[in-house]
Amino acid sequence: MGIFNLFKKGLKKTKEGFFGRAISILKGGITPEKLEEIQELLLLSDVGPETSDYIIENFRSSRDDPVETLRNTLQELLGKDERLEFSSVPPTVYTLVGVNGSGKTTTAGKLAWRFKNEGKRVSIAAADTFRAAAIEQLKEWGNRVNAPVIAHKMGADAGAVAYDALNHAISNKIDVVIVDTAGRLHTKSNLMRELEKVHKVIKKLDENQPTEVLLVLDATIGQNAIQQARVFDKSVGITGIVLTKLDGTSKGGMIFSIKKELSIPVKLIGIGENMQDLKDFNASDFVDAVLE
Amino acid sequence: MFENLQEKLSQAFKLLKGKGKISESNVREALKQVKISLLSADVNYKVVKELMERVTSKALGEKVIKSITPDQQFIKIVNDELVELLGGKESNLDLKSRPSVILMVGLQGSGKTTTAAKIALWLRRKKGRNTLLVADDVHRPAAIEQLETLGRSIDIPVFAGYRKDPYKIAKEGLNFAIAKGNDTIILDTAGRLQIDEDMMEEVEEISRITKPDEVLMVLDSMAGQDVVNAAAEFDRRLGITGFVVTKLDGDSRGGVALSTKYVTGKAIKFVGTGEKLEQIDVFYPDRMASRILGMGDVVSLVERVQENFDNEKMKEMEKRLRKAQFTFDDFREQLRQVKKMGSLSSMLEMMPGAAKLKDVKVDEDQLTHVEAIINSMTKKERMNSGMINFSRKKRIAAGSGRPLSEINKLMKSYDEMKKMMKKFGKLEKKGKLGKFPFRF
Repeated sequence: MGIFNLFKKGLKKTKEGFFGRAISILKGGITPEKLEEIQELLLLSDVGPETSDYIIENFRSSRDDPVETLRNTLQELLGKDERLEFSSVPPTVYTLVGVNGSGKTTTAGKLAWRFKNEGKRVSIAAADTFRAAAIEQLKEWGNRVNAPVIAHKMGADAGAVAYDALNHAISNKIDVVIVDTAGRLHTKSNLMRELEKVHKVIKKLDENQPTEVLLVLDATIGQNAIQQARVFDKSVGITGIVLTKLDGTSKGGMIFSIKKELSIPVKLIGIGENMQDLKDFNASDFVDAVLE
Repeated sequence: MFENLQEKLSQAFKLLKGKGKISESNVREALKQVKISLLSADVNYKVVKELMERVTSKALGEKVIKSITPDQQFIKIVNDELVELLGGKESNLDLKSRPSVILMVGLQGSGKTTTAAKIALWLRRKKGRNTLLVADDVHRPAAIEQLETLGRSIDIPVFAGYRKDPYKIAKEGLNFAIAKGNDTIILDTAGRLQIDEDMMEEVEEISRITKPDEVLMVLDSMAGQDVVNAAAEFDRRLGITGFVVTKLDGDSRGGVALSTKYVTGKAIKFVGTGEKLEQIDVFYPDRMASRILGMGDVVSLVERVQENFDNEKMKEMEKRLRKAQFTFDDFREQLRQVKKMGSLSSMLEMMPGAAKLKDVKVDEDQLTHVEAIINSMTKKERMNSGMINFSRKKRIAAGSGRPLSEINKLMKSYDEMKKMMKKFGKLEKKGKLGKFPFRF
């Protein structure tokens, strides 16, 4: 099939990437064909039909330098960079939520490493009591980064785990508690209610907690990410996104729509399987990577 | 929010009515809508472009059949094309060698480990096979324990051997199966990126050692534009024999199924439809086509309804509906059941033609308001809505904290519903409706 070669070429091309292409496309003025090519690049980056239309419209009406306009439009959609919040009274509690396979447990481990590295006292709550061996996976991370993992048995009440972890943190002067929850598809209302319950247990102990509820999103997924963000946000109030698996060739362009529609910022990105591969999100770098 | 494709198409084709033939000019708007729909479903852009050309050449010159509208006819052309592209002959597993080897591969988090256990269970139930699961993911912490736990829960043996060397595990796993008389081996491997050279070489070596009958790549149905590149590269290096599309119990439209089939030509063999290990199904191209097209996946909708509804209560209600004894008590019960099913908007998206229900605002709070209104009625009022006069309405409004207009609106839609129920009841008596349309 002819298209197969196109993809093979595409594979090699990813290093050249997008902005190089955007620049070469936009050289010498804008024509309708060129706009279509830019739209194609946006769509292939998972920006989605609606938001890419919006970007192109915005772009069409501007008289400034086309490359700068494109960059600025994308940057404006993402807004200012936002960092993780800390609680003025310790502990700081971060709850990680998301669909199955997005990378919550790995993110929990990396976050723990990061704060340990900053000299903080960290604990991890194994509130995924559903998936087989999720607790063991987290315990292995706990060993690696030398942080206590608060866990019950598989099948136990996830709220009770969170409750114990918070009490443990208070009596042991822990600075940061990372709560890893089970993966759940946002369409499963019973599982969403279970998550709300975990959230309420934390709130009941301290109404200012959790400090952040972070939605872990896999950068390789497409337009469904927006619906995930919408439903999780409605359920437990998302304060930030962790965009994982950005070390692949996927661009993660759906975050433009999420910011535009739901005003939820990306705070962290995952760029590899090592402990240190979790970085603060930087909008301008991200736009460059999308357009590189 | 995504609007139903059919609704948009019927607008695009308003001009076409009575013109007799689908022509280039009147088909352009319709094609645009189909394109947007496919892109929203995460079908790869390049695939969409080629598809549109195929569809255009098929649609042009087609005579509009009088009995159906042009938009329906156009959708049928597109839908048929998708079904054809998604379908294929080799959707069965080809397991000739003894023992047969199935190699599971894919990106991180796509669902390989769960799917490996699911296929082992499926093979036992449907084919009477006696499978050995081999845990060959030495990279992710506790991946081996995960497979062991899953295997234990369905009573299928899991071989892990020496837990550090994936090649040794593969070899010993093979020998173990031969010694124990297992007729099938399923190897679970680590998730990997197609651009990670070391990891790709690792899985190539595992494949050389085990000479698999089937190499199944597991794809997350939520996958975006780029995953087709991963599939093409896995196929190039390993010779994929089929795909498994997972997490279809969510509300993603699953365009990745179409893109990967289109680009690699390899069949989709299974779909994962839930977290329970028996929730795996063979692949139905027609279901997938309408899901990707945004035409609604009625079958999945019905399944979700069945999964969540309390059957006993529903049977009772159905009886009452047939007799048109539908009271506000029943209405409230129905509301509660609907709430149990999850977000209304996701339900609506699954329904064909749902975009036409313009009055049904997808406002989840509204459900709560309606319930509050019904809660503010007396038991008598709920049984006999006819007695709710103006002063009673005022009291209900005050009790529920909702404006009077909302009470009126609810009364009106309740009456309409009742009328509809009566119609259904009559139709059914005359034998025009075989079955009650949904078990609502």
